[in-house]
Amino acid sequence: MRGQRGRAWKVGDNVDTDQIIAGRYLSLTDPQELASHCFEESYPELTTGFARGDLLVAGENLGCGSSREHAVVALKALGVPCIIASSFARIFFRNCLNLGLLPLECPGAVAGIEPGDEVHVDPATGKIENVSKGLVFEFKPLPCFLQEILTAGDMTAYVRNRLSQARSQKVRR
Amino acid sequence: MGLTITEKILARAAGLEAVEPGDIVQVKVDLVMGTDVTLPLSILELARMGAERVFDPEKVVAVIDHFAPAPNVEAATRSKMVRDFAFEQGLVHYFEPGYGRSGICHALLPEQGLTLPGSVVLGADSHTTTYGALGAFATGMGSTDIAAAMALGETWLRVPDSIRLHYHGALPKWVGGKDLILRTLHEVGVAGAIYKAMEFCGPTIEALPMSDRFTICNMAVEAGAKNGIIAPDAETERYLCDRTTRSYEALHSDDDASYAATYEFACHELQPQVAYPFSPDQARPVQQATDVKIDAVIIGSCTNGRLEDLRIAAQILRDKRVARGVRLIVIPATQKTYVEALKEGLLEVFAQAGGAISTPTCGPCFGGHMGVLAAGETAVSTTNRNFVGRMGHPESEVYLASPAVAAASAVAGRIAHPEEVVT
Repeated sequence: MRGQRGRAWKVGDNVDTDQIIAGRYLSLTDPQELASHCFEESYPELTTGFARGDLLVAGENLGCGSSREHAVVALKALGVPCIIASSFARIFFRNCLNLGLLPLECPGAVAGIEPGDEVHVDPATGKIENVSKGLVFEFKPLPCFLQEILTAGDMTAYVRNRLSQARSQKVRR
Repeated sequence: MGLTITEKILARAAGLEAVEPGDIVQVKVDLVMGTDVTLPLSILELARMGAERVFDPEKVVAVIDHFAPAPNVEAATRSKMVRDFAFEQGLVHYFEPGYGRSGICHALLPEQGLTLPGSVVLGADSHTTTYGALGAFATGMGSTDIAAAMALGETWLRVPDSIRLHYHGALPKWVGGKDLILRTLHEVGVAGAIYKAMEFCGPTIEALPMSDRFTICNMAVEAGAKNGIIAPDAETERYLCDRTTRSYEALHSDDDASYAATYEFACHELQPQVAYPFSPDQARPVQQATDVKIDAVIIGSCTNGRLEDLRIAAQILRDKRVARGVRLIVIPATQKTYVEALKEGLLEVFAQAGGAISTPTCGPCFGGHMGVLAAGETAVSTTNRNFVGRMGHPESEVYLASPAVAAASAVAGRIAHPEEVVT
């Protein structure tokens, strides 16, 4: 999958999924509508200022609390291609990958990135570069199959691709 | 560096020599299970994925157990969706009350010999951790993950850190697996093992029958654990030899395996435990709870509805009457348990004591049906969760306990130590 380059936005530790998208919006299904309420009360500057392709940087335990997938849907629709966090809550981490949002665990990078820094992420080589400060951080590159899920778009599309590949191989044989 | 049993199972399933905590691996799954509550969503997702067939009709299991038998039209419709799917896909293992083999999934699958040591089992239900009692890696997932696993026969997992929980000392009379896990949850806390593998070991565990081991691994998830696990031994083998002819590999942790934390428990003075509302980690010795008046007693569930549990309850209830104003509901966890309890005369003991006996169902445990609680009511239950409103009205209260304490409480009309009732 391709590298990502964008401006960094930072949120703190233990940002729960309620802060990402409040419970009262869970009846919404349109991703863009969800995005318009993303971080609405917790980080309103992000709701209005975030530009597609910017990167989200977070502290410990991002996405704790409710298991709602809406949080990841909202972040994707907001234009977040990649999240760098010190650590992720378990279900949120799984939801991110299954819905095609790249979660990177890299406490060093979180410490070394300030809001507004220009950051370049290369999932294939496992490097996060803070272009503004000239710093490079390394993370364990994602295994190939996870990169395939992200490239496909989400888990559903990944399974669909795998099944149709299997079918066409059968036909060829 | 040595590996834990959990790491060994995941390494094998991933086709790797070794794995370490934090690694994300793609693993082959040996069994994927869903219920009437979670399968409908997975079935819709399978259609979106374009999956016409499940990867293996012998390894995909459907169990109708939550809203079973269906208490309303909505539940009946969902169950029908699952039933139609099971027949259309030719699932070999499909279970529903009235269809012969049936029961609560986490009691049923081990009983039917479907969960083996060393295997990877995924379930669309959080108490899937139960099968770890046989030395399997078993964990719960959401409906989309389960659909992907049903389509591909594989999933991705982040290798968890392991926590070692070591127990020594013989358990006193009337103290069993439920008391041990409630005490453990009290120590570890509901968030104490988030994302981790809880590995239960030591002489006390080795002396426990499978029924108690299932109870322990069942509730590992109440500490946030990804899986609970007990290394297979002679007891495991004895349990499996009646139930399966399939081969399996019994794996064990290396002596130099590394753990994120270690706990040591002395069990010789452990008292029967009662977990106060509204969290499973609020355990206290039963003696501190004996002034709590109760309205209902539930004996059953995937935690404590096995034959051994019913035997203990019957031992206390024999020739006794349920206290005035208390209703007792007994739910054998599987049809096989039901039949065996019938043959042994246990069901007669419950009926003579005044209790109601239900066909196997999750029913009241998740506040679904078959004995839910009204506002202001208090229950002693052998189930696994006592969150606000879990078993009915948000203003009802649930105290979690063993079958022994539950049966004694039914007779006393308040929370009671079994010794108060059995002389």
